[in-house]
Amino acid sequence: MRILFKTSYLDDIRLIRHGGYTLWYGALAAALLAAPLVLAEFYVGELSQVFILAIAGVGLMLLIGYTGLASLGHGAFMAIGAYTNTYLITKGVPFLVSFPLAGLAALAAGIAVALPANRMTGIYLAIATLAFSQIVEQVVVRWESVTRGFQGLPVPPPDLLGHPLTRAWEFYYLCLAVLVLVVLGAANLIRSPTGRAMVAIRDSEISAQSLGVNLVRYKTIAFGLSAFVTGLAGALLGHKLKFISPDAFNIILSIQLLLMVVVGGLGSIHGAIYGAIFVGGLPQAIALMRDYLPGAIARTPGLEPGLFGLVMILVVLFEPLGIYGRWLKIKAYFDYFPLYRRATFKRQRSYLKTERVR
Amino acid sequence: MELAQLIVGGIAQGCVYGLIALGFVLIYKATEMVNFAQGDLMMLGAFLALTFIGTMGLDYWLGFLLAALCMGLLGYLLDALVLRRIIGQPQFAIVILTISLGFLFRSAAGFIWGHETQVFETPFTNRIIALGELVLPLESISMIAGTVVLAGLLYLFFNYTRIGNAMQAASQNQLAAYYMGIPVKRINSLIWALSAIVATIAGVLLSPVSLVDPSIGFLGIKAFAAAVVGGFGSLAGTVLGGLIVGISETLAGRYLPPGFKEIVAYLIMLGVLLVRPQGLFSTIQRKKV
Amino acid sequence: MNEIDARNGVRVEAGARQPGTAEAPRPLFEAHDISVSFGGIRAVDGVTFDVKAGEIFAIVGPNGAGKSTIFNLISRIYEPTAGRLYFEGVDITRVAPHTIARRGIARTFQNIELFEHATVLENLLIGRHCRAHPNILAELLFTPRVRAEELRHRAAVEEVIDFLDLANYRDQRISGLPYGVRKVVELARALCAEPKLLLLDEPASGLNTEETEEVAFWIEDIKNDLGITIIMIEHDMSLVSAVSDRVLALNNGRTLALGTPAQVQSDPAVIEAYLGSDAP
Repeated sequence: MRILFKTSYLDDIRLIRHGGYTLWYGALAAALLAAPLVLAEFYVGELSQVFILAIAGVGLMLLIGYTGLASLGHGAFMAIGAYTNTYLITKGVPFLVSFPLAGLAALAAGIAVALPANRMTGIYLAIATLAFSQIVEQVVVRWESVTRGFQGLPVPPPDLLGHPLTRAWEFYYLCLAVLVLVVLGAANLIRSPTGRAMVAIRDSEISAQSLGVNLVRYKTIAFGLSAFVTGLAGALLGHKLKFISPDAFNIILSIQLLLMVVVGGLGSIHGAIYGAIFVGGLPQAIALMRDYLPGAIARTPGLEPGLFGLVMILVVLFEPLGIYGRWLKIKAYFDYFPLYRRATFKRQRSYLKTERVR
Repeated sequence: MELAQLIVGGIAQGCVYGLIALGFVLIYKATEMVNFAQGDLMMLGAFLALTFIGTMGLDYWLGFLLAALCMGLLGYLLDALVLRRIIGQPQFAIVILTISLGFLFRSAAGFIWGHETQVFETPFTNRIIALGELVLPLESISMIAGTVVLAGLLYLFFNYTRIGNAMQAASQNQLAAYYMGIPVKRINSLIWALSAIVATIAGVLLSPVSLVDPSIGFLGIKAFAAAVVGGFGSLAGTVLGGLIVGISETLAGRYLPPGFKEIVAYLIMLGVLLVRPQGLFSTIQRKKV
Repeated sequence: MNEIDARNGVRVEAGARQPGTAEAPRPLFEAHDISVSFGGIRAVDGVTFDVKAGEIFAIVGPNGAGKSTIFNLISRIYEPTAGRLYFEGVDITRVAPHTIARRGIARTFQNIELFEHATVLENLLIGRHCRAHPNILAELLFTPRVRAEELRHRAAVEEVIDFLDLANYRDQRISGLPYGVRKVVELARALCAEPKLLLLDEPASGLNTEETEEVAFWIEDIKNDLGITIIMIEHDMSLVSAVSDRVLALNNGRTLALGTPAQVQSDPAVIEAYLGSDAP
């Protein structure tokens, strides 16, 4: 049974809480750094995809998990990031400039969405973001001078100070670096007043306001940051796909991002990453299972979304805290062994109380 | 005359949006859940009708009835077996659940019926009525008539029957409704059955125009605009919202540059949300603290 | 001896200071003729009172009298339809809601609006928000200045935890805490904002006798040790009599009586509102 002795307030503020974490995170870092040396190029590419999804997931998590604002349209921010980045690169702007600019373009869009969204709640906000993403998709299709519409846009490789990153492992380290920076930034935000303000807004807007939290300001910050990070992910996705078109960023992508953060575990950075691993790994898992499934099912197109949907249903019904939630329970079992009690995590029975009077 | 022609087409399309949105609003009024799989229920209903009428060759009205009943049963079971378990969870969980159900339905439909577009014979396909210079496709008339009849029946049901009142009670405070002896769970399942039937009617009436394939469920997203305009609270408002969206879409397709037709529904919705964030006919009030 | 206030037509305590007179310091908080209507209903109708620095001021009245509505007007959750509110001489009738805490007014809620999924410590730290100056970029990098600020806020929160004896509950989630503890946490969170004026909305509701006595002690300690002025809505008349300096009785949004607890409790209009009169 692990008992944590805290000797200073810093123990609660630090990112790494105790020695065990240093060991595990250190091992993880070593494994990730060494991966391109041991894995085949295909798997390195797949890991890059997981990193990109994780970056987008952290972005979405900031909005949904921490501030409690629903978004069904985050694919639009990825599109804005991807197209801005690609357009600037094709005009000769170096990657180190176009990449943050792509994020800033998405940030501006996020703030533009936030301004009207501030007055909407719950389901209306979700639907409004959905509408926004559909409108962005149409704009991308019709603005042919910039995006070439349905013809699509080929994406040149990113360049680091003139040196193009064409190899899979170079791209891998780029994605890993961006992911690490994003995760650190998010973790820092969570343990600061701004992060706490965002959580306060999620749990009780009225009392947050009465304690001095400017709702409009922080909701806008949440949207902006979330869009920025997701835009960066979109730019990287463009490089990964090497070719972007409007249907790469459609509503299916938005919904996949949403389901991804839920399956991983809402409300934590770990959750976003576990979700990305799940979604990134699903096609591989299906490929492996194909040999064991009856021929008819295995050959049907559209198996992946169906399976994803089935997993999500099971998650919502049986483990709403997601993968991270299940992991926390497992950890708690070992931490408290032999004093672990199932009832600690038992959900309270609750009845529907109308949200129409809020 | 072209304008009148367009408007009739717009009304018909709007009626379908309105019907799908009615399904949303029914469920929302009763259980405060938003069913993101409503469009896909419509799609399943259309496919079932395809099987009964097209593949098995049954009479149109008989096949229609059978499809509606089967979907009603599916809706009931959906609530009884799956959705009941998440009563009390925040609305977000329900959103995720219904979205996932939509994924599952689409995938299953593709597996069972394939992904190609199919169609079946209806009494309304390719028949027209001429009113002076106006050429009215019978399928449009059927959509409009079907919507009017259904909306009227639902209005009577909710306002003049005990079950309708019980449904309203259960939606506002479940615990209190339980105490009053209302069989809340059964009522909710009945609502889902009703909603699935409404979706099937929409799907079958729409099939001559949109044909049948697994992706017609995405129409449900535009139907959201109709529901939002109606404020998720009023049946009449929902149908009205559908009409506004349908007519605007048709006119935009004719008079505005390409691309506007696809997004006018969303622009209207955003406009309504900006001016009246709670919808035009809504029932949201301020919490007392 | 008792002056009849011409405006309200009710008895006013002898020698009650009118706002802004030369010989007395300006009251910490003043409400002038404040009114708000919802639809056709006048929830608060022309209420006037003032609260001096360092006193404990109670607002009593039957349910629906408009007591919480007054708090919601001060917190700027509602817009008044008439009247003015002054805090430290400054007109706060129409300021932005989130600036109220920074000015020095904190409140608790009747139905406890704590952040359910956070721990007690996190709830209290959010209470410090109005005393922090967050800078996004610095926080993303977690500069040493941000770290120092975090430690400073943590120390301040620990003072409040000591004061209200919440050390046992520091790391527990709100959702697992009993009602009595939640009420104390709600109070603690308001104190973390370092207010000059504390609005307590039914601090003793739902508490048993021992817990209510504890609340009485906390209130006195807050006044004596921390020098905070308190406006309190309460139904428990014994608590009101024990701690309050002055009492305002409301009914149907209008003032019934204003004075010391003894004066208000013996006022005939108050007795009639609460107990009914003998007249047929």
